[in-house]
Amino acid sequence: MTITPDAIVYGQLGPFAINATLVFSWVVMALLVVGSWLVTRRLSTAASVSRGQLLLEIVLTTIRRQIRDVVDEDPDRYLPFIGTLFLFILVCNVLAIVPGFRPPTGSVSTTSALALCVFVAVPAFGIASRGLGGYLKSYLRPTPLMLPFNLLGEVTRTISLSIRLFGNMMSGTMIAAVALAIAPLFFPIIMNALGLLIGVIQAYIFSILALVFIASATQAHEEQAARTNHSEKEGTHG
Amino acid sequence: MDSAELIGMISIIMAGATVGIGAPITAIGEGWAVSRAMSALAQQPDAAPVISRTLFIGLAMTESSAIYCFVVSMILIFANPFWNYFAGLAGA
Repeated sequence: MTITPDAIVYGQLGPFAINATLVFSWVVMALLVVGSWLVTRRLSTAASVSRGQLLLEIVLTTIRRQIRDVVDEDPDRYLPFIGTLFLFILVCNVLAIVPGFRPPTGSVSTTSALALCVFVAVPAFGIASRGLGGYLKSYLRPTPLMLPFNLLGEVTRTISLSIRLFGNMMSGTMIAAVALAIAPLFFPIIMNALGLLIGVIQAYIFSILALVFIASATQAHEEQAARTNHSEKEGTHG
Repeated sequence: MDSAELIGMISIIMAGATVGIGAPITAIGEGWAVSRAMSALAQQPDAAPVISRTLFIGLAMTESSAIYCFVVSMILIFANPFWNYFAGLAGA
């Protein structure tokens, strides 16, 4: 019983060990890219569309609606990043049900890489929408005394984002393995079903938290602007 | 009792204690959050999507402290750095 898929090494490529995390990440990426390519090759607007197109449309619409619920603005700006995070983590977690597949999200390397993407994306989105000065000023809010805590919060929430996903997925794999050793007849099925549920919820949580962090970096300014303009815009808003 | 035995014993005890103390306290907190969310839902069923989304995010945040405890205990059992250090020392 290995604690992370990093420990399963298939070969050596120069200085890099080709371990199960890498291989199964590539499998998931290939699955997502090839699947989407096969479906989007023949898009149609006819009355009857193919099943694949319908599936992708449902997924896309749901993600856009969820993003709109959180940020209350045009979701297309956040869709590429958040949607990619969600789909990648979701496919990784759900494929854990396939025998022999080790979910790459059960390794700290994958989850910390994903969390680092969020760590970089938050200032990127913030600067893109508020400018460098406006974004840096948000660290001094509500008072300059909060500066160390704001900086610390940036780091700790990245760590907690990665450890949360890793802990949940690793515990799912471990519990399944322990259950297989203690009560191999029927119990592992229930734990696997629970693992599927947890995997979907964690994919949702990870992307929603990433979205909340990004939205908090981009939106404080807009709210203030909206408040100052509120009196003149009141008629159009109502 | 040599150092390896001592480290093994203390690691196992602490692994159990970490989850045994960390998980129930987190569970109490999560139970509070769910119970308040339930009463909010009963009062305002219209706000169900907002309440449940906030509840999920809050639960995930709270849950992470229990997950930290679990990760620490897993490290103590399966990837104990002191154990490996003293095992290497005994081997050499």
